[in-house]
Amino acid sequence: MKRNIQDQALSSRRITRRALVMGGMQLGFGALLLGRMRHLQVDQADEFLLLAEENRIKVRLIAPARGLVYDRNGVVLAGNEQIYRVSMIREDADDVDAVIAHLRGLVKLDEETLQRALREMDRRPHQSVTLADRLSWEDLSVIAVNVPALPGITPEVGLSRVYPLGHDYAHVIGYVGRVSERDIAEAEDPDPLLQTPQFQIGKIGAEKQLEGALRGKAGARRVEQNAAGRIMRELGRTEGRSGQDVQLTIDAGLQNFIQARLGQESAAAVVMDVRNGDVLAAVSAPSYDPNLFVSGISVPDYAGLRDNDHRPLHNKIVQGLYPPGSTFKMVTLMAGLEAGEIGGGDRFYCGGYTKVANRRFHCWKRGGHGWVDIAKSLRESCDVFYYELAQRTGIDRIAAMARKLGLGTAFDLEMTSVSEGLVPDRAWKRERRGEEWVIGDSLNASIGQGFVLASPLQLAVMTGRIASGLEVNPRLVRSVDGVARPSGVQGPLDIPRSHLDGARNGMYQVINAVGGTGSRSKFDMAGMKWAGKSGTSQVRNITAAERARGVVRNEDLPWGRRDHALFVGYAPYDAPKYSVAVVVEHGGGGSSVAGPIARDAIMYALNGGLPPLGAYPAAEREKADEVLSSLRLNPTVVRGRVKSEV
Amino acid sequence: MSYLEYNVARVPAGPGKLLALNWGLVLLITAVACIGFMVLYSVAGGNWRWAEPQMQRFVLGLGLMFAVAMVPIWFWRNVSPAIYGVTLLLLVAVELIGATGGGAQRWIELGFMRLQPSELMKVALVLMLAAYYDWLPANRVSRPQWVIVPILLILLPTALVLKQPDLGTAILLLAGGGAVMFLAGVHWAYFATVIGAAVGLVTLVIKSRGTAWQLIKDYQFRRIDTFLDPDSDPLGAGYHITQSKIALGSGGWTGKGFMQGTQARLNFLPEKHTDFIFTTLAEEFGLIGGMSLLALYLLIIAFCVVSALRMKDRFASLVTLGIAVAFFLFFAVNMSMVMGMAPVVGVPLPLVSYGGSAMLVLMLAFGIVQSAHVHRPRAQGEGQLFRR
Repeated sequence: MKRNIQDQALSSRRITRRALVMGGMQLGFGALLLGRMRHLQVDQADEFLLLAEENRIKVRLIAPARGLVYDRNGVVLAGNEQIYRVSMIREDADDVDAVIAHLRGLVKLDEETLQRALREMDRRPHQSVTLADRLSWEDLSVIAVNVPALPGITPEVGLSRVYPLGHDYAHVIGYVGRVSERDIAEAEDPDPLLQTPQFQIGKIGAEKQLEGALRGKAGARRVEQNAAGRIMRELGRTEGRSGQDVQLTIDAGLQNFIQARLGQESAAAVVMDVRNGDVLAAVSAPSYDPNLFVSGISVPDYAGLRDNDHRPLHNKIVQGLYPPGSTFKMVTLMAGLEAGEIGGGDRFYCGGYTKVANRRFHCWKRGGHGWVDIAKSLRESCDVFYYELAQRTGIDRIAAMARKLGLGTAFDLEMTSVSEGLVPDRAWKRERRGEEWVIGDSLNASIGQGFVLASPLQLAVMTGRIASGLEVNPRLVRSVDGVARPSGVQGPLDIPRSHLDGARNGMYQVINAVGGTGSRSKFDMAGMKWAGKSGTSQVRNITAAERARGVVRNEDLPWGRRDHALFVGYAPYDAPKYSVAVVVEHGGGGSSVAGPIARDAIMYALNGGLPPLGAYPAAEREKADEVLSSLRLNPTVVRGRVKSEV
Repeated sequence: MSYLEYNVARVPAGPGKLLALNWGLVLLITAVACIGFMVLYSVAGGNWRWAEPQMQRFVLGLGLMFAVAMVPIWFWRNVSPAIYGVTLLLLVAVELIGATGGGAQRWIELGFMRLQPSELMKVALVLMLAAYYDWLPANRVSRPQWVIVPILLILLPTALVLKQPDLGTAILLLAGGGAVMFLAGVHWAYFATVIGAAVGLVTLVIKSRGTAWQLIKDYQFRRIDTFLDPDSDPLGAGYHITQSKIALGSGGWTGKGFMQGTQARLNFLPEKHTDFIFTTLAEEFGLIGGMSLLALYLLIIAFCVVSALRMKDRFASLVTLGIAVAFFLFFAVNMSMVMGMAPVVGVPLPLVSYGGSAMLVLMLAFGIVQSAHVHRPRAQGEGQLFRR
């Protein structure tokens, strides 16, 4: 088909016309675009410039170094160590699998941490996630050299908490750990620091109670950041403030010695300075290594601690509550003295048991003690004496005396879950049990059984108050940031000196007199002697039938049903400095098991180092040498040496 | 119609064709592409990772353009229906076998490159329509039965692209095809009717929201929402537009300087090297820079229009003008989008945005424009530098 001229001319004219119209429209739209451009870039430029600034400048927090914790002599108990870690931003890596594979070829990675990190990276591809923690310097160097081949990987240096003396301080200082969602929710005014990755917060113990002082204040860096959160450069910085250092009243040497002395027993011991309340040692055994918790404890490790029947995770110092047994007799005695129910040379007759309301209450000595005066009642720990005394004095006055001596009080100590124990009286039983107090309850309470419960710390405080005659409260923190905390002494106790002396004299005889239940634990260190009281508290009822057959010996019972062994004491007798309380769970007899431990602890405290063998009575020396030389002590903190030759 | 209708004797042949190229246009295209390399280098933070492959593609594209330009325009006219048909088949193919990328099936994996048939269709449709109007006698152009045919030719690929779903390309196909019909001289009344119907359709689409017969996807609705009020959700769906405006606006008259733009380099901008690349240019070079690019674009259009008006051949003119309009639509839609004048629909900035398919297809299109220019019928003595 041949195109005709008219057709060609018509279309040519038309196309020219339409092309010009179209071109005009395009030009018009171009002008519109230009106008819009001008509007945004010139008319509104200032506003957008401001928005752009806000967009890119971010404030990043600098985590402060956590305050150190020292013992009373300046030994570091909780410090900070430099740790090397490797983190990764997923967005910056082209092929995550390839990068990880390459990294694996360079250093050994912990599989569990790695898998957790990979999951976290999936959720937050723009954020820095830690792939491996606590690398050696060599590993970090290897990675640093290979960084160009590892897109997205950054080697980092950070600080992490470390407890150089490990086991000794699990229950005193506790530990720090990664911030959990719950920590953030619990904080009233959440510190923005909590949100910084890898930040550590006190989880338990003094680390938690002193968090405010130890944490410090965050510094800030003004940085230019991209939308992915990646820092491009730093624009300025303000330094923060490191956490405040804390000095404890603990003596690291004594603490280590007692921890070793308790060994694998389920036990607790406290040594307190009776003049100012300083807690020189607070030990709960068995213990665990708090360093395990800092980086996150493994599941089998944790299960091992949790399922151990000796409960290593339990702080027996302030949370462990035990019937104080015969160590409570000083309380009953002083309550009786105060009530005027006994005094001077008053005596009670012990025939082996007391019959009250048709029930027999037995003395531990089946044949009875005969006539018993105040000194003998403590020395030989006669139960019947106290049954008689309690009937006359009444539970409410006994309870008042117990409280005066610090029982039933939750002391304000920088530990977690400080328990207040239990000092029962009529009102308590009516309110909590819905029953009337009966006389049998008083008899049980008079010898520290029944409802009475006390923690090892409370027993040490009780003994300390008897020894010093001062209302002394325990104190764990000596100073914060160099500022000393006030002494634990509130003033003199509201107890006449003669009453205190009655108890003191009895306690002296327990150890130093012939027939004293604790005479095995006596010592004489350059003229310094001590006073104390044993306690053996039952954790089971002895039925009449069993009593008739003959009471089963502790050694024949399963561990969990044996008696608790307790011992309290103070030294030196004539000018008291330290009190001690030892509880060995299901240990058996107080004087045979707890007594020697309390003795060794207070001897160490008096000597400022390992007790000299010469201070032990000749009969005990060989055994003491054997025990002391078998202890695995930390030579950097324990002072003194056991002299094998006398 | 055959090549004999052209005054073949006066069309340059052999190496002479190279001299007859529209060198002004080549220069303009190269200038725009160079601006692209510069911005890509800056966006990557002073890194060649995007600029270098883009340069390689541009050189490849230039070669393609010259090759296409050497082939006589009548050859292109004769194969237009075939190109259109094959491209249409490819579009159907991506529906069936295409790899899924970005939630939408848009390309066919060829091994050495990913072929995006929808890109190719932008040129194929212009070729097809131009060939159609070249064949159709001028006096029948506005007759209803002859208007239905091009409308179907446009709607067929548009529907396929919309199904992918690629709203941006669908709009470009519709507008580009309509523009060729307009240029060919279809009566005003048809356009008035279509625009009226479009307004009705948009109303219908908006009303379909939330009902069982909803016509477009939720994310497309959200884009419309945020286009109308970007501040309503500045960190969510409105993020693109808000950040884009911040980057652009903070540029001012002269910009922050080469490599000094903070917004794009710091990743606040999404798709900073593709659809939103204009914001970086405007941030770093300010209004002056943006204006210069716009001027270059308009000059390219002007060169095409001037060239088309001198061709005296219906196919050649229509193809040149059609490609110019398609090119115009590219940058007009993209710039409107980044400046908050249109919803975000995913249209790259021609010759500047990072991307292989779009670049090669554009160069192919300019090759056809050059071919039309080289092989235009000439009056005695015109276009001959050396008289025999």
